[in-house]
Amino acid sequence: MLKPHIIKELRAIVGKEHVAVDMQDLVCYGYDATQMEFLPDAVAFPADASETSRIMTLANRERIPVFPRGAGSGFSGGSLPKGGGIVLVTTRMNRILRIDTENMVAVVEPGVVTGDLQDAVERLGLFYPPDPASLRFSTLGGNVAECAGGPRAVKYGVTKDFVLGLEVVLPGGEIIKTGGETFKGVVGYDLTKLLCGSEGTLGIITRIVLRLLPLPESRKTMLAIFDSIDGAASAVATIIRGRIIPVTLEFMDHSAIACVEGQFGLGMPDGARAVLLIELDGDRDLVERQAAAIGELVRPLGLIDFRAAEDSAEAEALWKARRLISPALKKVNPDKINEDIVVPRNRIPDIIRRIEEISGKYEIPIVNFGHAGDGNIHVNIMIDKSVPEQAEKAEKAVREVFGAALGMGGSMSGEHGVGLSKSPYVTMELTPGQIGAMKAIKKALDPNNILNPGKIFPE
Amino acid sequence: MEPLARIENELKKCVKCGTCRAHCPVFSVLGREPVTARGKIALARGILSGSVPIDSRTREDMSKCLLCGRCVEKCANKVPTDLIVLAAREVLARKRGLTPFSRVISLLLGNRSLLNGLSMLAKVASPFLFGRIPASSGLRLRFPFRFLGRRRIPALARRPFLGRHPEVMEGRPGRPRVLYFVGCITNYIYPEIGEAAVFLLKELGCTVIIPNDQQCCGFPAISGGDLDTFRSLAEKNLAALEKHPADYVMTACASCGGAFHRLYPHVLGERFPELSSRFQALAEKSVDAAVLLDRLGFEPACNGTAAGQRVFYHDPCHLRSRSVVREPRELLRSLPGLELVEAERSDTCCGLGGTFNYHHYGTSMGINAAKITAIGNSRADNVATGCPGCMLQIADGLSRGHGRVRVRHLLEMLADGMRGNP
Repeated sequence: MLKPHIIKELRAIVGKEHVAVDMQDLVCYGYDATQMEFLPDAVAFPADASETSRIMTLANRERIPVFPRGAGSGFSGGSLPKGGGIVLVTTRMNRILRIDTENMVAVVEPGVVTGDLQDAVERLGLFYPPDPASLRFSTLGGNVAECAGGPRAVKYGVTKDFVLGLEVVLPGGEIIKTGGETFKGVVGYDLTKLLCGSEGTLGIITRIVLRLLPLPESRKTMLAIFDSIDGAASAVATIIRGRIIPVTLEFMDHSAIACVEGQFGLGMPDGARAVLLIELDGDRDLVERQAAAIGELVRPLGLIDFRAAEDSAEAEALWKARRLISPALKKVNPDKINEDIVVPRNRIPDIIRRIEEISGKYEIPIVNFGHAGDGNIHVNIMIDKSVPEQAEKAEKAVREVFGAALGMGGSMSGEHGVGLSKSPYVTMELTPGQIGAMKAIKKALDPNNILNPGKIFPE
Repeated sequence: MEPLARIENELKKCVKCGTCRAHCPVFSVLGREPVTARGKIALARGILSGSVPIDSRTREDMSKCLLCGRCVEKCANKVPTDLIVLAAREVLARKRGLTPFSRVISLLLGNRSLLNGLSMLAKVASPFLFGRIPASSGLRLRFPFRFLGRRRIPALARRPFLGRHPEVMEGRPGRPRVLYFVGCITNYIYPEIGEAAVFLLKELGCTVIIPNDQQCCGFPAISGGDLDTFRSLAEKNLAALEKHPADYVMTACASCGGAFHRLYPHVLGERFPELSSRFQALAEKSVDAAVLLDRLGFEPACNGTAAGQRVFYHDPCHLRSRSVVREPRELLRSLPGLELVEAERSDTCCGLGGTFNYHHYGTSMGINAAKITAIGNSRADNVATGCPGCMLQIADGLSRGHGRVRVRHLLEMLADGMRGNP
């Protein structure tokens, strides 16, 4: 419980209507997409960097934990107020401040919804590529803090590759700028990159400068169905070796195909063991030429079927199976543990086989799909939490999946971050030396450990 | 707790992904998490577990839902948030009593003769009670009552629709027999929709049956959490509609149709198994006017009156959520000379949400504003839709700055098209 004088001070900073302390608000700002729940003591909605700074000064003086939050759609608990404190919601800071068509940069506040920025820049013939599945509701502040990825990462990279500069409120309340509005800039440490993916533990982002690209002229979607995961994986390698970088290379393994077919019966051909969804973008002629080339390149690799969409309606039809995975999963088992490991892309068949073994060993269904182009696999461990031993088994399965990914030179998380849900495993990937360096940075910026405490590092 | 407890499994289906934040019209204006579907579901779970108090604040949160069903359509797990909100409102009404407004609504809806009497009184008194606003707005009169605030709503009909026609009007042999369920807004405010419906059905050779003892569908009652009134109205409607053998039960109000298709089977049918099969049968027989006319082969006269009209079609939520989106547009396009503008925001909520508009007028009109702007940008001179409730709301919004744009029910435009005279 916060003392009444602190609530009073909070209200003085942001205005009475922008501080919430009713149980109804506490409940609704204590969850995210992990479905873990913790109750904060108060929720504050600052309007700008100055209010954010004053909240941090107050919190630092009183040693009250502060948990920055955007849309609360994270998959690792990064915004959750474990242990209580103030949830600081950035969604009132939701203006697109500037879209500079000459220098191709956008300056935005952290509460802007990613998809809204994309719409705005695309109307001007520009392009902001990062496309996390949550782009219609997640915020850019959250995307930067978690370094969100998305299917287009294979060609364009992830959020951090588009962040040129930031305005940040440090845990002590100081407001600093990092980077700038130019592509180049090497003066001092790259604090911008440090803050990307820092999961709200080092500072609160109050302004973001993003790099934009010209909007590609056209886009083409293709679906390739293979008789083995090896065929699909060598297709990925073959396409890229053929000097074509698709904007998207999504795959479904046979567990995902079976899952969707079982629920929705889309009529996948018999023997389909892997599906690749391939999207190209660029000049119209080039895209058509590359599409034809891909058709030829993948043919000898155990191809069962190949379809290329002629228009956006057909493209949407090709995406259908991929989009139906999530609803179909729910029918397999009520609870989903959603991991997002990464491996070098040529190890995809190995990791899929390993996951199959783990699934068999613990008798838990595991459904895999994801971004084949960058080796990022969404591993969905489907359990029923009401069955007591299942949660325990799942825990062990997760540990083995992480171990396998790390053993192949990969990482336990490509997009979602560590937050609360992966912190127990973080020492599997990071050495004491690495953790020590990270903690030293954290300690230097947040000596009282009040900004998003309890995240990333094991307790 | 029973109304929520029995759907506890539905509550558990929400994985709190946040998709509803992108689609909730109320959230788009208020921007606070308790408004979203996942927020309401978290609150409903809290009510069940005892962690969220059953107080005026919870009632306020639960009232902030239009029951538009958009979140259900967009939800990967199809969590029925509309039914969850209704169940929560029922729990709140049981524990805390109905709100004064809901009590009045339930009293009136439960008693058609009282409602008729009151409408007579209002009509006689209207010249004295109501201020005038420009007639071109299609709204004619404005309520000055405190409880209606700044709302601009049309004058009541001179004579309610029910009772104007014989109960059964025989059509050509071999053509369908159609029961017409009129609904309150058509009956008391827009009887011209009813006239258009009867005209069109007769032209198509149908036998038209308008059961005189039909009641309000009950949507406003259950919307306020009043299950008893809802059930009683629904049972009376079952009896009224079952009395005459027919092929279809036609609604020309999206929300009445929504009640038959979704609320009767799910809110009542699952609760009262003895009525379940009858509700199921009604849901199967029930059809929106646009779907029925499309199926019966509506054809306009060739010397259409629609020439030169630019029309913005507004999708009522309770039709869109039932996938009735193609038929109304095709019917409109069939009118010679009519230009249907495919505009942005044709499928977003108008913001009425029945009783929502009463409790949260500012938010309601905030949602409406985006629609009105889109209508303005489309340079349409007519708005057509399939729900008299949406008509009220859009007319209110248009009366503030877009007074030249008329709002009409799809059936009125089709009837004009079939008559072929101006």
